[in-house]
Amino acid sequence: MTIEFESPKPIAQTQFVLKTVAEEMMRSKSRYFDEHEHEIPWDYIEFMHTAMKTTGGGSLAPKDEKAEADPNKPKRPPIGYQLLAAQIETLAWGDVGMYLVTPGGGLGAAAVQAAASPEQKAKFLARFGGEKPAFAAMCMTEAGAGSDTSAIRTRAVLDEKTNEWVINGEKIFVTAGDKSFNSYEKLDRGFIVVWASIDPSAGRAGMRAFVVESGTPGVKIAKLEHKMGIRVSDTAAISLMDVRVPFDHILGSPTVEKTTTGFKGAMATFDATRPLVAASGLGVARAALEFLKEKLKENGVEIRYGLPRQKLSNIEREVIDMDIMLKSAWLMVLKAVWMADNKKSNALESSMSKVKSGDVTTKITQKAVEIMGPLGYSREFLLEKWFRDAKITDIYEGTGQINRLVVARQILGYSGSELR
Amino acid sequence: MYSFEPNEEQQMLVDAVGKYASTDLRPAAREAEESRELPKKLVGKGWELGVLQASIPDAYGGFGERSAVTGALAAEELAFGDLAGAFAIGAPNLFALPILLAGSEEQKKEYLPKVIEGEWRPYTAALIEYSFDFDPSDLRTTAKFSNNEYCISGEKAFVPFAKDAEALIVYANLDGRTQGFIVTKNAAGLTINNERENLMGLNALPLYRVKLDNVTVSASDRLGGASGHDFEPVLASMRLASAAAALGVARAAFEYSRDYAKEREAFGVKIAQKQAVAFMLAEMRTEIEAMRLLTWEAAWKLDNAKGDAFSEAYLASVGAADMAMMVTDRAVQILGGHGYIREHPVEMWMRNGRGFAMLTGLAMV
Repeated sequence: MTIEFESPKPIAQTQFVLKTVAEEMMRSKSRYFDEHEHEIPWDYIEFMHTAMKTTGGGSLAPKDEKAEADPNKPKRPPIGYQLLAAQIETLAWGDVGMYLVTPGGGLGAAAVQAAASPEQKAKFLARFGGEKPAFAAMCMTEAGAGSDTSAIRTRAVLDEKTNEWVINGEKIFVTAGDKSFNSYEKLDRGFIVVWASIDPSAGRAGMRAFVVESGTPGVKIAKLEHKMGIRVSDTAAISLMDVRVPFDHILGSPTVEKTTTGFKGAMATFDATRPLVAASGLGVARAALEFLKEKLKENGVEIRYGLPRQKLSNIEREVIDMDIMLKSAWLMVLKAVWMADNKKSNALESSMSKVKSGDVTTKITQKAVEIMGPLGYSREFLLEKWFRDAKITDIYEGTGQINRLVVARQILGYSGSELR
Repeated sequence: MYSFEPNEEQQMLVDAVGKYASTDLRPAAREAEESRELPKKLVGKGWELGVLQASIPDAYGGFGERSAVTGALAAEELAFGDLAGAFAIGAPNLFALPILLAGSEEQKKEYLPKVIEGEWRPYTAALIEYSFDFDPSDLRTTAKFSNNEYCISGEKAFVPFAKDAEALIVYANLDGRTQGFIVTKNAAGLTINNERENLMGLNALPLYRVKLDNVTVSASDRLGGASGHDFEPVLASMRLASAAAALGVARAAFEYSRDYAKEREAFGVKIAQKQAVAFMLAEMRTEIEAMRLLTWEAAWKLDNAKGDAFSEAYLASVGAADMAMMVTDRAVQILGGHGYIREHPVEMWMRNGRGFAMLTGLAMV
């Protein structure tokens, strides 16, 4: 091992390519979709699907990196998650709401990738490389169960006569729930991954995820939320009434042992996804900071890097602080995904990157609006939109507080019962 | 490629320096601070770890190659033990590294072996000036060139070991550029205050005010020779050392307050089990990590001559100074009243922690 900060070529290449996508297909439409909530950006969806299909898997998810066929060739270190983080950051720099509408399975596919058997993976994930784009979504949150996922009340009961799972419950805040479940002519069939208990007396140990295919009877998209930001991304409330799915749609073991290993396995999915969500926030933060610097420059305000602090103006200090925050937060994301690529346990680094990114993203966008004054508040520019888009970074995929709790437990060596 | 783990050689150095910091420096730190004196043997033992020696190529008497990354790793470890001790052990760096980085071939041959061969000896440098708006790139001390000589005038502050130093580098403003000049201890016009500086922290480190009244040095004593040198790499190295030392002090404060919080009980539980305390610790750990990575990246960029290395070293030093203040302040807060009394080290670390915002120039990597 060594300490090195040379951006691998594939990362630089993907950033270069996606920057054009971000400018041409995202930025130019940002305002329109912000003001037309729940309209679907088909151009972007179809473009991304075609582009991802040409370059490989049909989704943004990292591919299984096989060892080089030629044993004489030096083995390249894996960079799948690093590449993904860089892609997400660049797309989010374009428009984070639209990034969330990237087809290919998102968090739903990530759950399958993390917890499914090889047969299940083949069955559920093949569609993402097909002719038409497809979506998948994760249904975790309920009205009474946000960060405390162990409070989930959705139930799955095995009907032994038909060998089907029967699911009942109400889910909210499902990103891309509409596109994953409802049928659209331009989309291939998607699915939702529903978290439910198969044994409420077992608490967390009884929690399982189920793949529910698009169109399954009993599932209803109850409503689409109206949000402060990321408006182009649909956020659905979904009700499930006597929803029947085949036995093999359960991810993980169908029997309950009185341990929490199953649930911990599910939570481990977050170790992989948290730095990626952190990366998406940092894309927004970078957009805001770049815009701020550009406007300051236009107005003749120079940032004099290198001067002692006490000689700097307030604006200069703020901008320099933002640079420090953004750069260091990005390095934390990189380290967390580098650990994931190298199969190192990254629960601490993953949550730290999310804590930092949640803070940095909200602070940078808030400060940028403040410094720009009336221009920052005006809808003439996208800055006010980025301020609204940014806030979700500190909320979804574990709020800043939940992630602080995870970090604290790690550094103190405490269990969930020792530090609640 | 990105990679975030020290290599084997660096890890060996980190382990050795870390062990010395924990078993030698740390236990002596409070006594040294109160008595305003670091034991010679203690500094000597730290010197023998060979951090500087390993940065100098064998052509000049050393046994390695300078790496800012390795230097930053070592500086963090030393400062984790004790900041004054770290600065004392590294004082010769202030003289040797600018010569290595910016000196002429003659200067390297003349001075580097002298500094690094054998025991620790006081060599130092004078950068800081005693004014609120001190700016290393806009110095008040001036150097003027005439008759193939430089004439230096001004006043320098916080110069480590100035009283005993065999030679020092004095930084001065030469036609708007910061340039270093090698000044030996008996130079005419050089006066060192008898009284040591009295500061909020770092009391174990002997720091002096130095006056230069028309001190004359020959053209060949200008750092880099007749055409001089670029000050940016020297300054970046100072900033990185400061950032890395800030990491060490912060980590010391974090670990100490974390361990305390796991012992101390209130309302029937350990205070670490209270979210108010646990969240502070989580944020301290997160900020340390953030600034460590920024420092490492800046150091790596410096080692690999990347274009933005200097500005990133600046960002790292500014960020790490803030971080050290935040972390050490919270460590005192977590210990409460016990943090404020001098029985525990956290109050000393908080005083030391404040220094990073203004003490660039006391260390180099």
